[in-house]
Amino acid sequence: MSVVTLSRVTKEFKGGTVALEDIDLEIEQGEFISLIGPSGCGKSTLLRIIGDLIEPSRGSIAVNGKPARQARRDHDYGIVFQDAVLYDWRTVSKNIALPLELAGWSRDRRRERIEQMLELVELQGFADHHPWQLSGGMQQRVAIARALSFDPALLLMDEPFGALDEMTRERLNAELLRIWEASKSTVVFVTHSIAEAVFLSTRVVVMSPRPGRISRTIPIDLSQPRGVETREDPRFFELATEVREALHLGGGHDAPLAATGLSEGAA
Amino acid sequence: MLLLAVAALLWGAWEAFRALGIRYGWTKPFTVDGTSMPHIHSMIQALFERPNTQGPLLVVTLLKAAAFTAREAGLGFAMGATGGFVLGALLAHSRMLQRGFLPYVIASQTVPILAIAPMVVIWLASVQVTAWVSVAVIAAYLTFFPVVIATLRGLHAADHRAVELMRSYAANRWTVLWKLRFPAALPYLFTALRVSATASIVGAIIGEQPSSIAGGLGGAILNFAQYYSIQPQNLWATNIVAAALGIVFFVAVVGAEKIVVRRAPEHVA
Repeated sequence: MSVVTLSRVTKEFKGGTVALEDIDLEIEQGEFISLIGPSGCGKSTLLRIIGDLIEPSRGSIAVNGKPARQARRDHDYGIVFQDAVLYDWRTVSKNIALPLELAGWSRDRRRERIEQMLELVELQGFADHHPWQLSGGMQQRVAIARALSFDPALLLMDEPFGALDEMTRERLNAELLRIWEASKSTVVFVTHSIAEAVFLSTRVVVMSPRPGRISRTIPIDLSQPRGVETREDPRFFELATEVREALHLGGGHDAPLAATGLSEGAA
Repeated sequence: MLLLAVAALLWGAWEAFRALGIRYGWTKPFTVDGTSMPHIHSMIQALFERPNTQGPLLVVTLLKAAAFTAREAGLGFAMGATGGFVLGALLAHSRMLQRGFLPYVIASQTVPILAIAPMVVIWLASVQVTAWVSVAVIAAYLTFFPVVIATLRGLHAADHRAVELMRSYAANRWTVLWKLRFPAALPYLFTALRVSATASIVGAIIGEQPSSIAGGLGGAILNFAQYYSIQPQNLWATNIVAAALGIVFFVAVVGAEKIVVRRAPEHVA
């Protein structure tokens, strides 16, 4: 069953800027989809439209076979932003429990789930810490735990590791894959980095700007599970080159900038 | 230690200014003599003397007065803080209400409290409100304004992605207010409450005068002001007690803030 179905989705902002034009995309259960493209290609806008945080000007969106609004009301997806967006006044475990509180889970069920989530993101022992006592990478892991705490079918991630250093980013990439396999959820992942997109995804959706369009979809046939050796696989480089060329053809001005993600990643 | 050092410094500055002023006969900005600037030690000494031979020590009278004023100021602070928060939350809720009402809220603070106080006392007395409660209302009038402004600002202070996160959970307005906007506003609120805490004392002292309440610090100030040329140290001693009461209120708010607001060290205002 497809988890997300977008057909002819167009978003025009006030003043006539066309952020997205005629986006058609089908995402199947269990896929890991990366949306990659230069700034201004509308990839974050697309993610927010799937999450019903922004309304499209035209076109239709179904999430879990329902209209996007209903899916949001039914807590069908969890979201992770570029910054962790943790609530400073809540401890780590209370932050993870926030969506559970809103969904009316009992205290005991919450406690049990927090335990599982802390284990999943390997933050046992940090339950009672406050966000500002954690490193950026740890904060982002808490955000992932919060997004997955209520077992959503879909995980939306908006450049979640964009603000982290390369080392932390690679470690969290590997961790995210492990979590994705364990939770069997579907992921839509927005990124600037070619290496990150190729390493993580089952499919990379390359977007081009002005107006935002899907210029190519590249299936990533690297074997699972992936690890350090994946980044050294010749196939990894072939696919990365394919993505880079698709980005250049798309005419994004900052495509070479995005490509630096690969050289650093491969070094 | 630091506090004591600063106190010693201020003490020294006062006495030095006084000594120089008397020695060289300064008349500007005011004539310096034993009446305009009593010795600090004589102010403190006055606290432990009896202004009337049969009466209690001055410090006893003043502490009683301070307790009386503290009750008025405390109730006024509570009313002003609550009212200010509710009003601020209402105004934050709707831009239209804000445009319509905020100018009047601001105008209310430009009217001198001395002009408002007698009216409040008369109105409330006509509906059988006890005098000290109407003083509390006057204190509340000085208290609520900073809280309104801080609430308005604070309730909009939440990070827009934190709001988006709430939206992704399909949280209703009420939940967003209590789980996100209110906690995010707390540091702003407490900054306002610190200002309000001391303002509530000023409000109570001023409010005591038109309501002819003699039992509080306002009454004491009025009384000792009449005898200023004979016993200036008594008025100064009263001021010291009033200032101490203000500090107690301020410290109480800071203490409450430490308990309530769990925030990164650099965020603590």
